[in-house]
Amino acid sequence: MSDHIRLRKGLNIPLKGDAKNQITKTVSVDIAAVKPTDYKALNAKLLVKEGDEVKAGTPVLVDKKRAFIKICSPISGKVSRIVRGEKRKLLEIVIESDHKNEYESFTTPNPKSATKGEIINALLDSGLWATFKQRPYGTIPDPEIEPKAIFISGFDSSPLAPDLDFALKTEIENIQTGIDLLSKLSTGGVHLALHASNYASSPFHRMEKVVIHTFDGVHPAGNVGVQIHHISPINKGEVAWTIDLYNVAAIGRLFKKGIYDLRKIIAITGPRAKHTSYIETLPGMCLTEIKEYADIKGDEKSKEAPLPIRYISGNALTGENVGKDGYLGFFHNQITLLSEGSYYEMLGWVKPFRAKKFSISHSYFSWLFPKKRYSLDTNLNGGERALVVTGLYEKVVPMDIYPMYLMKAIMAEDIDKMEQLGIYEVIEEDLALCDFVCPSKTEVQEIISRGIELMIKEMS
Amino acid sequence: MKAIRKLVDNIKPTFSKGGKLSFLHSTFDAFETFLFVPNTVTKKGSHIRDSIELKRTMTMVIIALLPALLFGMWNVGYQHSLATGANMDFWQIVLYGFIKVFPMVVVSYVVGLGIEFVSAQIRGHEVNEGYLVTGMLVPLIMPVDLPLWMLALSVVFAVIVGKEVFGGTGMNIWNPALIARAFAFFAYPSHMSGDKVWVAGLTKGEGIVDGFSGATPLANAQAGLDLPSFQDMFLGIIPGSVGETSTLAILLGAALLLFTGIASWRIMLSVFAGGLLTGLFLNLVAPSPESYLAVPAWNHLVMGGFAFGAVFMATDPVTGSQTEKGKWFYGFLIGFFAVIIRVFNPGYPEGMMLAILLLNTFAPLIDHIVVQASIKKRLRRAVIK
Repeated sequence: MSDHIRLRKGLNIPLKGDAKNQITKTVSVDIAAVKPTDYKALNAKLLVKEGDEVKAGTPVLVDKKRAFIKICSPISGKVSRIVRGEKRKLLEIVIESDHKNEYESFTTPNPKSATKGEIINALLDSGLWATFKQRPYGTIPDPEIEPKAIFISGFDSSPLAPDLDFALKTEIENIQTGIDLLSKLSTGGVHLALHASNYASSPFHRMEKVVIHTFDGVHPAGNVGVQIHHISPINKGEVAWTIDLYNVAAIGRLFKKGIYDLRKIIAITGPRAKHTSYIETLPGMCLTEIKEYADIKGDEKSKEAPLPIRYISGNALTGENVGKDGYLGFFHNQITLLSEGSYYEMLGWVKPFRAKKFSISHSYFSWLFPKKRYSLDTNLNGGERALVVTGLYEKVVPMDIYPMYLMKAIMAEDIDKMEQLGIYEVIEEDLALCDFVCPSKTEVQEIISRGIELMIKEMS
Repeated sequence: MKAIRKLVDNIKPTFSKGGKLSFLHSTFDAFETFLFVPNTVTKKGSHIRDSIELKRTMTMVIIALLPALLFGMWNVGYQHSLATGANMDFWQIVLYGFIKVFPMVVVSYVVGLGIEFVSAQIRGHEVNEGYLVTGMLVPLIMPVDLPLWMLALSVVFAVIVGKEVFGGTGMNIWNPALIARAFAFFAYPSHMSGDKVWVAGLTKGEGIVDGFSGATPLANAQAGLDLPSFQDMFLGIIPGSVGETSTLAILLGAALLLFTGIASWRIMLSVFAGGLLTGLFLNLVAPSPESYLAVPAWNHLVMGGFAFGAVFMATDPVTGSQTEKGKWFYGFLIGFFAVIIRVFNPGYPEGMMLAILLLNTFAPLIDHIVVQASIKKRLRRAVIK
């Protein structure tokens, strides 16, 4: 059995539109993009030019300073476009599929007998190395530094997140192979966190060579950072690796078949999605492939013109607004479609009832309807103000951390204080709920991100 | 609604960058966001946001202050009728109180918001909502006969020196409303203390019926005289600052603040606990039954501004302790010092104002100690491994 951790803080945002357990489409990806911005602190250098032929698993990017980090194409085809932004910053490498589904072939050692060195080399070779994120900072780890342990979250608690038990139920064997391999990479072992409520029914609870921990509580209980904080917190100088279950399965497939195969089952969710369900696809997929899921008409009873849709790769708290022609992020396992909240509401802030709005504050009446789901939109619901209210962040951060003080240390660029207040233990997603609850509309995730950048700069 | 929106959209360019009146941008913005929740959408961070905003938070506090305000108006009239022996019915009493109190509220808001708008303009910021609450607090903690120009000056001092010099809402060290009171208290002591200022009309020499004393219970306690009954003090049928007298009305407001989660229950509870325990301790060591030390501890909670301060002033999140653990110490010490100042300082019959201002000063230190403890814990963890 495992150890059990109960978290009392946090919040499940009652957003409408979770995916039904049903796969409604298998996307044969026409266009996919590799986005260097998916990887934190990656110093991308192009390896291909427009017109080049690539296979699934052909490296298209490499890190300038850490050449062992390769980012590979998810599909076979032709590089059709290289998109750059301000200051020629590399944004997207767009690849058009030839639908031949050709894979680079990698020779991998037998998973049973493979040594640590062989495993690392195979992962580096295949580009799957970039699926690891280390703590602190959430960057791609250095293979030379052994982590104190490897942590995997077995459930996703974010708003409308995919049910991993469903999405990965056919991948159990691959995941076990992946875990077998991972367990050789750290003497601290592999730690898998499951939610207490469905522990016994979860297909992952029989996994071997892992230490299983059960967590009870609401979001962000499923965030691996929160889990690490309770299992074995990161101290200064320590490194832990994290990887999500989808990518553990990809590692299993690499060692079984010798190919870079990232097919995964992701959820289409959100109040503006029709037929919310799961689809099988690849990271980097262009969102035009799922346009039939977008509920263009909106509320048909309403006389007003429907609000535009925001296409989010990822979840509503931490995802990226990619637009309807954007691409699925590498680490994202869901797409969320929301209404853009670009409307005025007369005296809205003082209305006693706003049935369509949700608030954790009892100054609205949403507390009376705990089961109700809301079609939340992207309206900021106010304006940015100085920090006034205290004690709210603490209610949604189940960690022994003072978010407000950490934030202030970051704003003051005080490295020592940031260190003392726990910057090593958090990444943006762990404090995403602070963004949500803040009445002053402070951009907490952005501030944490700035802090992490500062730390990386300072420590290198 | 559409017509108003259209009008606002039409005049918006005039106030926007490059427009003729662009220097009034903050003012325009304040009015626009007052009328309409803006159409701003999230650009970074979380895509969805809670529907709470500061305006609503502040509105809740103002609603919570209404029972105290309304009772205060009635009590102003009632005390006046008692003092002058005038035979007034309920509505005459209320009307008298309204005529006395309403101008105070208006002066407080007009002067305070005026300065807020100007300073937001100068800084190019949006107008912060902080003054909405301060503006209501100020008249409620002043004696009713305070001349309006003194009230205005106190507000000017509080907003400029107490708040704007520190950077505006969210940056101030002391509660601005208490700064206003402290200013008036030290600048115009004869209008802020004594037996005559608490009942409307007495300072102007209107006739007093025999046997009526305008003294507050606090002054009585200090002089070793009999106190009004606990029930009268709890209900608030006593002389005092406009909004502070009725503990019952204040508790109604407290219930709203606690229910909506806007004020910290930790602070409220610990202020009352601090006052009560200190009072009980003093009761134990009181040298004689006539001594101020012997005033029953629970009376401290319903006399003067104790309850009002505990519910509406100590809980100000900006100037109070910001850590959950710190809030316990902060609140307890306010209760403690309020009673100690009352009992042992002959110069000040009321200790609540100074106790809160004192702890406002020390709140960052309390938080520092709490946060340091957490830092030490983190460091220890690193050493063991």
